[in-house]
Amino acid sequence: MAIVPLSEIEMLRRHGPHLAYEPPGGFDGRGEPDRRVKTHCCFCGQQCGVQLLVADEKVVGVEPWEEFPFNAGKLCPKGIKRYLQNNHPDRITTPLLRTDDGFVPMSWDRALEYAARKLREIQSRHGADSVAVLSGASLTNEKAYLMGKFARVALGTRHIDYNGRLCMVAAGAANLKAFGIDRAANPWTDIAETDLVLVTGSNVSECSPITTDYIWKARDRGAKLIVVDPRLTPIARTADLYLPVKPGADVPLMNAILQVVIDEGGFDQAFVEQHTADFDAVREAVASYVPEAVEQTVGVPARRIRQAARMWMDAGKSMLLHARGIEHHTKGVDNVLSCINLVLASGRIGKPGCGYATITGQGNGQGAREHGQRCNQLPGARDIENPQHREHIAEFWGIEEKDLPGKGATSPEIIGLAHEGAVRGLLSVCYNPLVSLPDAGFTREALEKLDFFVAIDFFMSETARHADLILPGSLQEEDEGTVTTAEGRVVHVRKAVDPPGQARADWRIVCDLADRLGGRDKFAFSDPAEIFDELRAASSGGKADYKGITYERIDREMGVFWPCPDAEHPGTPRLFEGGRFAHDDGRARFHPVAYRPGADPLDDEYPTYLTTGRVVSQFLSGNQTRRIGPLVDQCPEPYVEIHPKLAEPLEIGDGDRVRLTSRRGSIDLAARVVSTLRPDTVFVPYHWPGAQSVNRLTHRSFDPIAGIPEFKASAVRVEKC
Amino acid sequence: MLTSTLGFVAEEKRLFVDPQRCIGCRACVQACSECPDHGGDSMIHLDQVDSATSVQTVPTVCMHCDDPACATACPTHAIRKGEDGVVHTAMVERCIGCTNCVVACPFGVPKYDASRDLMMKCDLCYDRTSRDLKPMCATVCPSEALYYGTADEIAERRRGRAVSDFWFGGQQVTTRNALVTPLSVDIVQIADAGADAHSTAQECLEEAIL
Repeated sequence: MAIVPLSEIEMLRRHGPHLAYEPPGGFDGRGEPDRRVKTHCCFCGQQCGVQLLVADEKVVGVEPWEEFPFNAGKLCPKGIKRYLQNNHPDRITTPLLRTDDGFVPMSWDRALEYAARKLREIQSRHGADSVAVLSGASLTNEKAYLMGKFARVALGTRHIDYNGRLCMVAAGAANLKAFGIDRAANPWTDIAETDLVLVTGSNVSECSPITTDYIWKARDRGAKLIVVDPRLTPIARTADLYLPVKPGADVPLMNAILQVVIDEGGFDQAFVEQHTADFDAVREAVASYVPEAVEQTVGVPARRIRQAARMWMDAGKSMLLHARGIEHHTKGVDNVLSCINLVLASGRIGKPGCGYATITGQGNGQGAREHGQRCNQLPGARDIENPQHREHIAEFWGIEEKDLPGKGATSPEIIGLAHEGAVRGLLSVCYNPLVSLPDAGFTREALEKLDFFVAIDFFMSETARHADLILPGSLQEEDEGTVTTAEGRVVHVRKAVDPPGQARADWRIVCDLADRLGGRDKFAFSDPAEIFDELRAASSGGKADYKGITYERIDREMGVFWPCPDAEHPGTPRLFEGGRFAHDDGRARFHPVAYRPGADPLDDEYPTYLTTGRVVSQFLSGNQTRRIGPLVDQCPEPYVEIHPKLAEPLEIGDGDRVRLTSRRGSIDLAARVVSTLRPDTVFVPYHWPGAQSVNRLTHRSFDPIAGIPEFKASAVRVEKC
Repeated sequence: MLTSTLGFVAEEKRLFVDPQRCIGCRACVQACSECPDHGGDSMIHLDQVDSATSVQTVPTVCMHCDDPACATACPTHAIRKGEDGVVHTAMVERCIGCTNCVVACPFGVPKYDASRDLMMKCDLCYDRTSRDLKPMCATVCPSEALYYGTADEIAERRRGRAVSDFWFGGQQVTTRNALVTPLSVDIVQIADAGADAHSTAQECLEEAIL
């Protein structure tokens, strides 16, 4: 029974989150640093270059790294204050065992022995798949590769999945279907060179702030900007056209735009014929999506939809960008495909200033989905259900193909399996499902049912509180490795300092645990570079081919874009040049998609849409950013944005406490009455736990292909407290 | 191309403030507090113009006036303008915390810090710019709403108008730093909050079908 051992107040007192405001020794004691370490931000998928200042073997500050080309010194507030997580009083610095009196220190030797013994006991009693692994997309490529190998070779379970399941898996699945490869099609420099930027479902100003500069560079050259979002976000404020789409109505909107484009002959017939397949099916599918016929469903007047179509047709070059806003739906894959259909019909992809990208949200959202910690994937973005791929990796790992586990459950499904008792043991790293998964009450019940739960973490996350055993891991700046950015650029994260106290690099913990589980010969790595070398070799011949990428090349070339199959290969900043796609026949695929309603419909009792998202000063479940004082001060608690048209009849004024109730539960929040979102929709940011967790309201409904939850459209009732 | 009303030396580096681009992220404020001699405090601030009706935000940095009202109003000569045109923050040994400067500044820049009994304001990152580094705020700003460079450099980069000539009622104030406005804007008018609420985006939102 993995139940939190102490009261909430006592857990907070012992483990935080406490707020750090100053570097070690205070601002006044901060002299010249001993060294500046050129590395990357630990947070989002932009992976901005930054220099960490190190004095007396402690990270004491940051200095912009202007030479790194992607962000040229630019940073958001998280990147500036992230150094305050180092030397934080909440750091876990010894292995911790849960007792009735709270968590008590344990030696590494005993902790590793205990973890291995408990996991093996559960497996011998309930089968290999009764133990699951939850992993994360903030881990380096090296660790992501290691986690996949650890689960399948050391533990022998098929159940490993990661929190990227909450990020861009809908885009990944759609990209694979349409293009035959899952990566942003263009380097971000193509955004600056385009004539029209269409941003849909992406609050780039807060979630990928550096991208705003690329959009403005294009606008400086005269490019137009269309933004599609239920909220008027800062990037939408000055847009040439803003389409306040209803939450979840993305397919009818994009189909209607494509209907007008086809109807008016504004598509690229030659490109469609030479480089794509199945266009006719899409032409037929969108024929009924005449703007006037779907405007009620879309929530945007037909003439605005036609205006968007005309701007799309008039543009010589275009870039379509999207993110979680269209992906976090039970039809996330369909939403993405409807965007790709429009891009393919225009033929504007694979050329300078022309293309398409999902803006990956997590730090290593791209790389962490390529090397085998996803339930359906093996290294090199290989398919775990493809016999040749299985044979190749099994041979590479020196095991029999029959001993390589098959496809496992997605991470939300793993929580479901724990809830029903099929998964009894859990190892987690870099994942805080109690805050990040939908229906937090269900997640808590699932965690409480586990027979044994071991968490690798640097802070006591809300999920780690439920662990039987906590193994103190490393922050990003305490280990070496690579990550792959939203652009598909592999960059080098440099170690700045050692982990504090007895904390260890995550990869070392995992290798030590593998050793105890009897997998010594296959996990005998002495540093991350050795893991990277094995990853490179394993990826060779796969779609995400890293063979030609080395730490030295990354440092020299400021990152290398995959695929890069050998040392002489220059890397591939732009995919699909010359209209060559990654399917065997070289053609991209159109996919007809039809509108489906969401899984949590509005009714008289729950008449309002709830949509969730980020604020710029917090990151994901907040396990790190809720401990950094200046970031917390910027947005101390969640709130609910309500339009005056919704607020006034309910007599809700700005700042009033408001109760939001869904079919799962209720939370109380302060109202922000603003006329900058749809009147039928409320918005709540998702970074907070417990009584402030908006995921108490969201629902466990998933895209049938990608398994991504429908965070962006729940039905709620709004009341004044 | 950026047209300019700047009446100053073209090669001089200055801050350009472009509120159109501001995304309200506060990177500028957080970065300012990291400057070595700021003791963790920011010398600039960021305001929401009218949060009920708009997501517009604006960073406020010192404009470094040619004839700074803050210095003129200071009874103890604690605020000094250097030969390079930089208006410095109040000298600790002279400032008496009278807040004359706070009242005098037409841009609302100086802030009185009660805990230190001292006026503090942006000094154009003197410790960085004197070492040929850009100010922290303009280095990190994700959207280049704050840009540090010469008039020529910014003219090459963007459309708009650089304004360093302001009228507050009958009083003219010329500044070293400049505001970037859309080309369609000739004169920066100080209007009531919300008076300019009808951008294209807001019109689009009002048309939403529920």
